[in-house]
Amino acid sequence: MENLIALLVVAPLLGAAVLLCGGRRLDAVGHWIGTVLAAASFVIGAILFADMLGKGAEEREMTQHLFSWVPVEGFQADVAFQLDQLSMTFVLLISGVGSLIHVYSIGYMEHDERRRRFFGYLNLFLAAMLLLVLADNYLLLYVGWEGVGLASYLLIGFWQHKPSAATAAKKAFLVNRVGDMGLSIAIMLMFAWFGTFAFGPVLEATGETSEGKLTAIGLMLLLAACGKSAQVPLQSWLGDAMEGPTPVSALIHAATMVTAGVYLIVRSGAIFNGAPDAQLAVTVVGAVTLLFGAIVGCAKDDIKKALAGSTMSQIGYMILAAGLGPIGYVFAIMHLVTHGFFKAGLFLGAGSVMHGMNDEVDMRKYGGLRKYMPVTFVTFGLGYLAIIGFPGLSGFFSKDKIIEAAFAKGGTEGWILGGVALLGAAITAYYMTRVMLMTFFGEERWRHAPTPSPAEPSVEPAAETHGEHAEPHPHESPSSMTIPMIVLAFGSVFAGAFFGIGDRFIHWLEPVTGHAHGHPPVSALTVTLSTVAVMVIGVGLAYAQYGRRPVPVVAPRGSLLTRAARRDLLQDDFNHVVLVRGGEHLTRSLVYVDHTLVDGVVNGTAASMGGLSGRLRRLQNGFARSYAVSMFGGAAVLIAATLLMRAV
Amino acid sequence: MNPVNYLYLAALLFTIGASGVLIRRNAIVVFMCVELMLNACNLALVAFSRMHGNLDGQIIAFFTMVVAAAEVVVGLAIIVSLFRSRHSASVDDASLMKL
Repeated sequence: MENLIALLVVAPLLGAAVLLCGGRRLDAVGHWIGTVLAAASFVIGAILFADMLGKGAEEREMTQHLFSWVPVEGFQADVAFQLDQLSMTFVLLISGVGSLIHVYSIGYMEHDERRRRFFGYLNLFLAAMLLLVLADNYLLLYVGWEGVGLASYLLIGFWQHKPSAATAAKKAFLVNRVGDMGLSIAIMLMFAWFGTFAFGPVLEATGETSEGKLTAIGLMLLLAACGKSAQVPLQSWLGDAMEGPTPVSALIHAATMVTAGVYLIVRSGAIFNGAPDAQLAVTVVGAVTLLFGAIVGCAKDDIKKALAGSTMSQIGYMILAAGLGPIGYVFAIMHLVTHGFFKAGLFLGAGSVMHGMNDEVDMRKYGGLRKYMPVTFVTFGLGYLAIIGFPGLSGFFSKDKIIEAAFAKGGTEGWILGGVALLGAAITAYYMTRVMLMTFFGEERWRHAPTPSPAEPSVEPAAETHGEHAEPHPHESPSSMTIPMIVLAFGSVFAGAFFGIGDRFIHWLEPVTGHAHGHPPVSALTVTLSTVAVMVIGVGLAYAQYGRRPVPVVAPRGSLLTRAARRDLLQDDFNHVVLVRGGEHLTRSLVYVDHTLVDGVVNGTAASMGGLSGRLRRLQNGFARSYAVSMFGGAAVLIAATLLMRAV
Repeated sequence: MNPVNYLYLAALLFTIGASGVLIRRNAIVVFMCVELMLNACNLALVAFSRMHGNLDGQIIAFFTMVVAAAEVVVGLAIIVSLFRSRHSASVDDASLMKL
């Protein structure tokens, strides 16, 4: 059984190699090769899962040592896989959702002449992501980590003929580099202090390591997680990443890759358990991002960017839970899985809407689409109910547990974190209801002649400009697109109850992550009721604003906060002013120092030497007799000196 | 006779030669003064040889004479060609080796 683990990674890797090297001959069948190999990975995952279920909880961990990568005295890097319950969860999520999105892409990318390449990239992503979660040491994890970054870059910039897409890809890559630096420093610290970077020895060694060291490693890991999972302050790339094709947004920038940070933190739980300061930093980052993403999500008119804000916010929940320690790890992963279902479903729904609307992304030009796209409406609606935490659906179980755990943190911190999480739940309900109402309900605003408004480009500079002013004819998408949406909708509805009832998920993950039951200061029932209450308030508020009143086609000016949120709460402006301008000033002053100080010393030496030799040159007057004088003078001095020395 | 007197004479001759080299412009005279200095050295060497009772100084004096003979050949040739090219035997006129 152990030998199957490598196949999980090899299958999609083979697909990527075949598709990317195969050339045009494979254009006709490329998408099938990609889909079959992704599905093969899922089937192998399912077989291993069945095998794992047959064993006792403590014997479920499997390892496979493939080969020694860098066998050097004192530095052992192996290509070895470790499949435990945590990895298994990710393997099923990644290959399952990944396969569904491959199927969806067959329909979505049908008219794209570079479809084969797209599937090659998708397979490359799957291979890298599976490598990331299956690695048994941090160095191999880092390989996967960079691999998903590369795949993300390639896929965001897939429509590279659009300058906005090319820029967005570069931005994502650069911001991710900052986080990756954190991970590489963390690995170096581990090697310096523990002499190894395999999970087992490192996590065991945390027991006898000082808190300061653990905090340093923890903070570096947090930086890595911030970059990959789009958390404040490295969140600015995720909104722009929506330039990529929608299946990519669903798979990479919603369901799987952006959750790699959560995986990293939960996997390194032992390090964070020994470093309360690092844990506090994790919870703060999670809580801030949770609100940040939610606020951005409220203001966006671009359906994908609204969902991107929501992704950021939901990952904020996961990071928050992961920062709570053993009371939160399980719930972080549980929310990650349910979020994988409903957010992928929501994105696929958004893609289906765009597919039927001539690739229009502005929700103000949607409206009343439920009649034209019934399947999309129902699946999107179920995903919507799941994400706002409607009782009984997935999001309700996972988010409620996180809010409970946040309160259970105890003390003032617990109240603040719990309050933030509750507030986030209300805002989630608000912005998702807004998306829902603007897209599927209300009057059919797309019927009006779409007048290009002068105010809009300044608000949404990245909005797609198509030049097509023909009235769209909304229609339901082909079955290759609707079937994955239906499957994901099933997941959105039932996954939470399946995991949550009877603490199934807790028992499943407990041997890996450990679990402690938190005791919130108020009863669990109160927390649940208040979660539902704030959800109802959020929905009601959105209904009052967008359901009862017609939605203007041209975005109103809005309050200061709305305008800031439309510009991603000024994150790009902040980066521009602080980092770009700051960097420019720094380099300029360094150039100044270089010119005046360094060059001054060098040039000054040269100039003074030149001046001195210019003066010395005058001694060469060409008169033989004056040379003779200097010779006699020199000889006289030498003789005098010799005599003087003898006298002394 | 006290050999020290020869040393005094050698010093005197050397000084006269040196002053001639420094003061006179005519290349022939300068050249003769150089010879005077060489011979002053020879005299000093022979005097020292006598004072110390060995032959080292005398041998070196012979060497000096051989070298001086060679030097005369080369030096006179230079002076003659110099005079031919610029119709003057003044050492100050041959001041091309400068910037």
